[in-house]
Amino acid sequence: MRVVCDFDLCESNAICMGIAPEVFEVRDDDFLYILDETPPESMREKIEEAVRRCPKQALSIAED
Amino acid sequence: MQAAETFRHEGYTGRIIVVGDEAHTPYDRPPLSKQVLAGEWEPDRIVLPAAVDEMLSVEWRLGRRASALDLGRRTLTLDDGEELDYDGLVIATGARARTLPGTESMAGVFALRTLDDCLALRAALTAGPRHVVVVGAGFIGAEVAATCRKHALAVTMVEPLPVPLGRVLGNEIGQVFADLHRDEGVDVRLGVGVDRIEGNGRVERVVLADGTSLDADVVVVGIGVIPNTEWLEGSGLELGNGVQCDEACFAAAGVVAAGDIAAWPNPTFDGEVMRVEHWDHAFGQAAHAARALLAGRDEAEPFAAVPWFWSDQYDRKLQLAGRPRPDDEVRVVEGSLDERRFVALYGRAGRLVGVLGMNRPRHVMQLRSAIAERISFDDALAQF
Repeated sequence: MRVVCDFDLCESNAICMGIAPEVFEVRDDDFLYILDETPPESMREKIEEAVRRCPKQALSIAED
Repeated sequence: MQAAETFRHEGYTGRIIVVGDEAHTPYDRPPLSKQVLAGEWEPDRIVLPAAVDEMLSVEWRLGRRASALDLGRRTLTLDDGEELDYDGLVIATGARARTLPGTESMAGVFALRTLDDCLALRAALTAGPRHVVVVGAGFIGAEVAATCRKHALAVTMVEPLPVPLGRVLGNEIGQVFADLHRDEGVDVRLGVGVDRIEGNGRVERVVLADGTSLDADVVVVGIGVIPNTEWLEGSGLELGNGVQCDEACFAAAGVVAAGDIAAWPNPTFDGEVMRVEHWDHAFGQAAHAARALLAGRDEAEPFAAVPWFWSDQYDRKLQLAGRPRPDDEVRVVEGSLDERRFVALYGRAGRLVGVLGMNRPRHVMQLRSAIAERISFDDALAQF
């Protein structure tokens, strides 16, 4: 599982950070940083929720 | 749609029928007052992914309206007479825009709630109106005013409160929004309501309560919404400010409600009955309500939520988490109101109850979790 963010869409609403702070961090510069692009399978449920709840539909999961 | 997705996610394999009164495939509403209205996005971009996900195998009844509910027989009647049986029902009929009496059929007067509303208003704004009047300086009105200024249109925003958003954010913070719009060239008229809208079939002017007359060829009315509960009158469900639910979002046996229509006692705020009109809330509550329905009323968990939403106006992003009131204690803990980049905390009875960020998304989300954990106001302040 690889976490993908389309940074052209991302508006740093930080919803993802609220759901999975281990993976997503919006820093003081207001940009989103992906802390772990290939999180463990145990995180899948949370990552899927972050994908669903992103107000900009900027997140996705790639299986590769 | 979120409820349908959750049913499948939780392993439900039976039939799911989705009824919706709009003919469009279910779509995302926030861009209607932002990117779609501005002409930056076309409507195909806001279709909800779940609505076109064939894996959900949803049966559609679009462009049809639920007209009656029989709790005893567990049937739903649609406006064309079709009767649907159910084992479980999710009520998510939302809310509609409040209108100014007498203007419903006047050309040039717009509400903004649906995609059709948005496209009609977009066409009117693209036609190059001489003067737009926005009635109401709430979030919808403010976003429309901002979009108009993006097109360099002359805009007047009229608000009966002395400070925009004063009843939500308090006057000190609300003033920031009045100043923001004025600096961007909006003529902001505060503390004065609309007396009447005049025109012969088409709007010509807006007359304010103080007698001021504003010429207008486009009027946008953003004065709140009314929950769509009329079809449930006489059903036996408790109605008032929406559909009254219990802590787990049940309105009756086998019936849950979610989104703009659902009023429920929120355990995170000591059981305060809330009806929340935010995008994020509709997702969270629908997912919860769907799980509650599958679990059954005896097993369902309470729905504990910290409301959150955002609003984009010009280059400012406002985010609010929690449930502030105008008489809460307010402290700016990061940045300043003058630079319009700040974090403000709202405290009530010793507890953190709200956090507002302007162009500070990080702190809002961190403190949203802190509100859920019932952090004290002092402990929240001590983090800065």
